[in-house]
Amino acid sequence: MKLLTGNDLPTGDVLWWTGAGWSRHVAEAADVGDDGAPIAAAEEAARRVNGAYVIDATGTANGPRPAHIKDRVRALGPTVRPDLTLKPDDASAIAQVI
Amino acid sequence: MYKYDQYDQAIVDARVDEFRDQVQRRLAGEITEDQFKPLRLMNGLYLQLHAYMLRVAIPYGTLDGRQMRMLGHIARKYDRGYGHFTTRQNLQYNWIKLNETPDILADLATVEMHAIQTSGNCIRNISSDQFAGAAADEVADPRPWAELIRQWSTFHPEFSYLPRKFKFAVIASDEDRAAMRLHDIGIQLIERDGVLGAKVFVGGGMGRTPMIGPEIKDFVTADDLMSYLEACLRVYNRYGRRDNMYKARIKILVHEIGADEYRRQVEEEFAQVKLLGIDPPAAELARITAMFADPAYDTATADAVDRANANFGVWLDQNVKEHKQPGYAIVNISLKPVGGIPGDASADQIDVMADLATQYSFDELRVTHAQNIVLPHVRKADLYAVWQKLVDAELASANLDLISDIIACPGLDYCSLANARSIPVAQKIATRFASPERQRDLGELKLKISGCINACGHHHAGHIGILGVDKKGVENYQLLLGGSGAEDVSLGKITGPGFSEDGVVDAIERVTDKYVAVREEGERFLDTYRRVGMEAFKEAIYG
Amino acid sequence: MGDPLRFRDDAAHAEPAVTLDAFVANQSNATAVRLEPGDDARALIPALDRLGLVEIAFPSFRDGRGYSAARILREAGYAGELRAAGDVLVDQMPFMRRCGFDSFAPDAPVDAETLKRSLDRYDYHYQSAADAAVPVWKLRHG
Repeated sequence: MKLLTGNDLPTGDVLWWTGAGWSRHVAEAADVGDDGAPIAAAEEAARRVNGAYVIDATGTANGPRPAHIKDRVRALGPTVRPDLTLKPDDASAIAQVI
Repeated sequence: MYKYDQYDQAIVDARVDEFRDQVQRRLAGEITEDQFKPLRLMNGLYLQLHAYMLRVAIPYGTLDGRQMRMLGHIARKYDRGYGHFTTRQNLQYNWIKLNETPDILADLATVEMHAIQTSGNCIRNISSDQFAGAAADEVADPRPWAELIRQWSTFHPEFSYLPRKFKFAVIASDEDRAAMRLHDIGIQLIERDGVLGAKVFVGGGMGRTPMIGPEIKDFVTADDLMSYLEACLRVYNRYGRRDNMYKARIKILVHEIGADEYRRQVEEEFAQVKLLGIDPPAAELARITAMFADPAYDTATADAVDRANANFGVWLDQNVKEHKQPGYAIVNISLKPVGGIPGDASADQIDVMADLATQYSFDELRVTHAQNIVLPHVRKADLYAVWQKLVDAELASANLDLISDIIACPGLDYCSLANARSIPVAQKIATRFASPERQRDLGELKLKISGCINACGHHHAGHIGILGVDKKGVENYQLLLGGSGAEDVSLGKITGPGFSEDGVVDAIERVTDKYVAVREEGERFLDTYRRVGMEAFKEAIYG
Repeated sequence: MGDPLRFRDDAAHAEPAVTLDAFVANQSNATAVRLEPGDDARALIPALDRLGLVEIAFPSFRDGRGYSAARILREAGYAGELRAAGDVLVDQMPFMRRCGFDSFAPDAPVDAETLKRSLDRYDYHYQSAADAAVPVWKLRHG
């Protein structure tokens, strides 16, 4: 599947396209198929996202899993600081990223 | 240390205003990201893996207690309670918001700090010897020259859109504590016939194609320095490659046309530029130099240290270096606790170090390119008290220059350029070699890890270097041996096929076991490697 | 009120600019030349007093070679119009003015208010350049 991701312009937060808007959680990311580029262009022009691009992912029971480790790290947070990730209380979160 | 006058302050304040304007125009959509990116980079603001990252300039690694406290304040107020000290003596914050950055810069400006030109294709922070002003072997304090260069390079209108970034290092001793030969321009102050001048090396660097900078000028005085550097930069700006960003550093130009031709072009340009009268008068260097005068040393303080506490003795032997002034010492604070994140300090630790500086080190600290902190002027009589406070703050790791004193870039955990994580590797290595006795037995062993080819972790200059790569989507680690960023400068060589994260830790242990097995009296690991050669170690690693 | 992108009192130069190759090859009578980033500005030095306009192209605002070309021309005594043309954004214009440019022909429109704010923002400069600004070291020591 294809996910569209970018950053929030004013805050820098990592964003994932849900199909209707932008979420900070990859679990809510939608499969954009081939529509990533036009969505990105429209959303960037409206400044609802900054620097959007498409990545590969596979669907899992827990939601989309980015194909590349860099994108998985980006989706969660630094593997060396669990307390700073989006899932500080999930002991298995980092193992799933690696 | 340097103190701003009205002009310095006005320039920094204007910059805050300018960036506030640029951010507002970006948020309002008046400029695109493509147009804004070089502008924010010239204020040290990156868009990284998780958030914006701000790199604050610490000119030649020197700061005072007030400035250090402000860095702690910013970590708490705008970031997530910590900062990362870098291999260019700067500080990075990883969780910055664009819309708060102008306020951060305004806060920094109140203590004579900024983030000017810490990124972008311009002249970056001027780095220097972390022991400047305290070391007995320097011909003069290199930092006044570094300050002259800093001012000349700040908002230089001709050199703000160079082919690529440009890094200076300035030292003043034969011992190179700043990896000077691995900079775009490296400067060593020397004395010739009683006159202070400098040797100039151009074209060093690490990254994709590491090179050691050749000597381009054997002696330049302060009177000619600005004109000469102007000529060096102008030749680069005009003729540096712009077709390929991986071949755009000055080292490529010097390598491709040859050092002799580069020197010739610079001399030709220098002859023109010298006529323009751009060199500041001697009074300006004198004004700056006066601010770097020796502190008011206590000349009656004892030169002996009471080693009653064994752990204190271990720290003393490893982390404390001789000072040029009797009764004083140079304290090295390791930011590499075993299992910790190299170079990171919490806001609380930053405050502790600020207070120690104010109370015990004439209010001065240094950041080293090895991502550690220095208190440059501590009375030997105060060392025990300093150590006790460091212990309380978990800043007393007695591992300076040992295998666990690892230089590591932030890597894939933080950096969008990275191909592999570097911090977990550093943690595993440090944990494997955690035994203090074992570390001291191995002795000086500079291990440096980069998470990508950009080499921010200086892996080419490591006695043992590690380069993280992406091997079909899986993190893989290449091992290098025999690099050095000191005056015995050399570039590390790859041993062979790469390893997994655990594999590279095992490989390093085989390397150190081999060292222990074949070393001769007094040899560091690097010396043994240079004597026995790569083949012996390759056999030990790969069998 | 004059052209906000032109900082000269004389009349705008009417002649079209020829390329450097054409200027040098044809011993032309052209009074206006256009330099591309890779051109050597010093090739114009023998002819500077014949020139009323030198236009320096910026195909990409990231390519900073034009800044050196401009200073070289001013250092050689060129007193005619020196124009930055192409991908020139308001945020580069203050540096360009310091390098000796006195007119701009940007591809994209420039807001005059933003430009004025940018140009007026810095009272002090650390280094000498091609403009009249007195560097800070000179203010300090006379």
